[in-house]
Amino acid sequence: MRIKTISRSVDEFTRERSQDLQRVFHNFDPSLRPMEKAVEYQRALTAAKLEKIFARPFVGAMDGHRDGISCMAKNPNYLKGIFSASMDGDIRLWDIATSRRTVCQFPGHLGAVRGLTVSTDGNVLVSCGTDCNVRLWSVPRPSLEDSDLSSEKSTEPSAVYTCKNALLAVDHQFEGDLFATAGAQLDIWNHNRSQPVQSFTSGSHSVISVRFNPGEPDILATSSGDNHISIYDIRMSSAARKILMRTKTNSIAWNPMEPMNFTAANEDGNCYSFDGRKNEEAKCVHKDHVSAVMDIDFSPTGREFVTGSYDRSVRIFPYNGGHSREIYHTKRMQRVFCVKYSSDATYVISGSDDTNLRLWKAKASEQLGVILPREQKKHEYNEAVKNRYKHLPEIKRIVRHRHLPKPIYKAKAESRAMNDAKRRKDDRRKAHSAPGTVVTESHRTRRIIKEVE
Amino acid sequence: MEVALEDNSLMDKVLPPDEQEIDVELEAKEKKYLRGEGANLETLKDKKLKTQLASREKLYGKSAKAAAKIEKWLLPASAGYLETDGLEKTWRVKQTDIAKEVDILSSRNQYDIVLPDFGPYKLDFTASGRHMLAGGRKGHLALVDMMSMNLIKEIQVRETVRDVAFLHNDQFFAAAQKKYSYIYARDGTELHCLKERGPVARLRFLKNHFLLASVNKIGQLHYQDVTYGDMVASIRTGKGRTDVMEVNPYNGVVALGHSGGTVTMWKPTSQAPLVQMQCHPGPVSSLAFHPNGHLMATSGKERKLKIWDLRKFEEVLGDSSGDYSRYMSHSMVKGYQIEKVMFRPYEDVLGIGHSMGWSSVLIPGSGEPNFDSWVANPFETTKQRREKEVHLLLDKLPPETIMLDPSKIGAMRPSRRKERLTRGEIEAEKEVAVEAAKGVELKKKTKGRNKPSKRTKKKKELVENAKRTFPEQENSAAGKKRRIGEDAAAELPACLKRFARKN
Repeated sequence: MRIKTISRSVDEFTRERSQDLQRVFHNFDPSLRPMEKAVEYQRALTAAKLEKIFARPFVGAMDGHRDGISCMAKNPNYLKGIFSASMDGDIRLWDIATSRRTVCQFPGHLGAVRGLTVSTDGNVLVSCGTDCNVRLWSVPRPSLEDSDLSSEKSTEPSAVYTCKNALLAVDHQFEGDLFATAGAQLDIWNHNRSQPVQSFTSGSHSVISVRFNPGEPDILATSSGDNHISIYDIRMSSAARKILMRTKTNSIAWNPMEPMNFTAANEDGNCYSFDGRKNEEAKCVHKDHVSAVMDIDFSPTGREFVTGSYDRSVRIFPYNGGHSREIYHTKRMQRVFCVKYSSDATYVISGSDDTNLRLWKAKASEQLGVILPREQKKHEYNEAVKNRYKHLPEIKRIVRHRHLPKPIYKAKAESRAMNDAKRRKDDRRKAHSAPGTVVTESHRTRRIIKEVE
Repeated sequence: MEVALEDNSLMDKVLPPDEQEIDVELEAKEKKYLRGEGANLETLKDKKLKTQLASREKLYGKSAKAAAKIEKWLLPASAGYLETDGLEKTWRVKQTDIAKEVDILSSRNQYDIVLPDFGPYKLDFTASGRHMLAGGRKGHLALVDMMSMNLIKEIQVRETVRDVAFLHNDQFFAAAQKKYSYIYARDGTELHCLKERGPVARLRFLKNHFLLASVNKIGQLHYQDVTYGDMVASIRTGKGRTDVMEVNPYNGVVALGHSGGTVTMWKPTSQAPLVQMQCHPGPVSSLAFHPNGHLMATSGKERKLKIWDLRKFEEVLGDSSGDYSRYMSHSMVKGYQIEKVMFRPYEDVLGIGHSMGWSSVLIPGSGEPNFDSWVANPFETTKQRREKEVHLLLDKLPPETIMLDPSKIGAMRPSRRKERLTRGEIEAEKEVAVEAAKGVELKKKTKGRNKPSKRTKKKKELVENAKRTFPEQENSAAGKKRRIGEDAAAELPACLKRFARKN
């Protein structure tokens, strides 16, 4: 006869000394946990509510410019600084980490500064403006003394190059020493030469924006005033690809993690993601803004991008999703002309018409600073359990809820009514015609007129 | 990740036979952790959603595999067993024999406490099995720490105590006394007097919902939320007095056994029972639920024990079948009337409350050997107990989540699209209804009220009512227009015929 009973000795299950950690035992058997699904749902509900309670995205505003901010630039080598330029020619370097103050000023431009960019090694700042000048500045090395100084330094430009027409945008090559300016034509410059090394002309319209590809150093995308998006290879003499759309594109950003894809911020309020190799239809249309999208920047993770629009709001979109996951707005923030996603994917910086730069958290309810591992685990668990049940009505209602400013709310309601009416009429037209005669165009191709090789 | 899995499958073919057995065993364990079938992704047309769900399903598979491996290799204790060899039967093994074979710690769990003065004792254990509450009919309440066999507190309330129950931990307990029920703290202070319930016969606590359920002498069922004291529901069962009440741990449903032999199941949000089952020809004497929620055992006064499958509400056939045969037996001293039997959680111990005190006997294999510290920890410190209380309160479920099938929570309701029936089908249904109405046999009235004219009138009325549920198809507006068009076209002179409304 063999008999065994459960006998637990206290030593095995409790700690020896008070300095030791308490012993924890796991048994993942579901029969020990009755009603586990209901408990999980309850936790998801609590997590959704807590996320809303802790959602405080606005970190601070940086005041100093005397005119609306026209462009910003990130320094790839220095996380805490950002350059911004305003419509009266004022260029400043801000410390966004602790003090949110101007560290250094770069005076010199006489008119609006339209483009700002930093070389990849972080040493040279290139700016261009409506006074037909390209100025190169040497970026001051950040040192320990800088944070103590209450006075702001100002530096002289290391080089000033003049051209015939006003310049509208500038971008620097990755891992190279060429930079491109956009104006009446697309020019490629070298740091040391006072004349452009290469020029591309295309039609009679000016080039509005330019962006170099992070993966391929010789490829860049431009958008022009006659509603074209062109992709150039600087080793070739003309555009590699051209897409004609119905409205003009204000800004383009390449996905840093998938460098063949880029997203274009369009004047009709949508952002179009394209595969650079296949341009006949957009990969994804991101619709949520009610007015023109002025600027776009990708997160370094490549999974999200931030857009700033003429409708006074900043939105964050997932890279493959049609609608925004977050909207930031303030009564004091007027037309947003430029946005940047910080290089550690934590912050979003917006520069707007009311002369302020604003710093926002990318994830509104994120806890900043050093987080203990148990806290981190709890945050991750809350996120995971909320995502598991976020399609159910009670939780969806909480997670989706955002306060919209009244003009945007009304504009969206109006556009929704208009789209519904249009769709209903199209459906009826289709239903009453011979099958196959009326073809609905997909959103991905609707706004593209043609692709030109 | 993909490559690693492929390597494993190659290795499978070369494994020695005993390791293959382990694989089969692990697969069987995995099923338990998968918690049901995976979703059918073939019906989805949205490719993005399909890939997202497919990757999630893979993750579930991986976590189930990991949990199965942990169960096989990492759990500290194994279950108890009683195996006899040869002709010896397990039910002939006495407690004294068991005591000889097991170690000292376990043999400490076998004892008889003799308290003849205070009447039959009711028992309750906390969820971790560490504390026990004993309530004697004559008013003796005792809170005992089972690990150290310490008596923490005993009080004499000088009134009949009909039932005792722990609340969420050992700090609070409730006692159903002569006129009202009371809630006491661990040190014996009376915290609340629950007057609304009246004289209670049975008290049970629903842990996940923090509801104290009770049935009183009139047969009313009360649910009270003990976190803020609100009476969530008081239900008149309408079936008279009963003192057989148990809670199904799987779904939080309360089952009452009545004197007519029916078992009814209740939830706090409805005044009518969820289920009524006729279990016994005579009164139901007691009820018990299996922790997985699918089995229920009932016993009746006609000395029969029945086991029911709650998914089909049918009896599980055969008390003599292989699954349910006698395992052990323990004979009590003559004259002891057994009041309550309850298994102690996480131990191989059965607590018996009887008229001369309480006893504890060893039943090898009855307890769960491995506890989870986050669910119930018998070795809890004060700090852990406090944290656990806060977490329990945060996870408190609302009373609406009590339902027969708790897996419906968090599931999407299937979309019901009623197909509009064609005209032919409606006509067919109408025919059937009319036939049914014609076939109804009318009751033959007496005392001169059975006139043939009245009978035919009644039959006609029934047929009319049956037809009325199917609205006339011809009366729709479109039909009307068509008719007008046709009629008008016939009347028009030839030159105006082109203006007649075309169908």
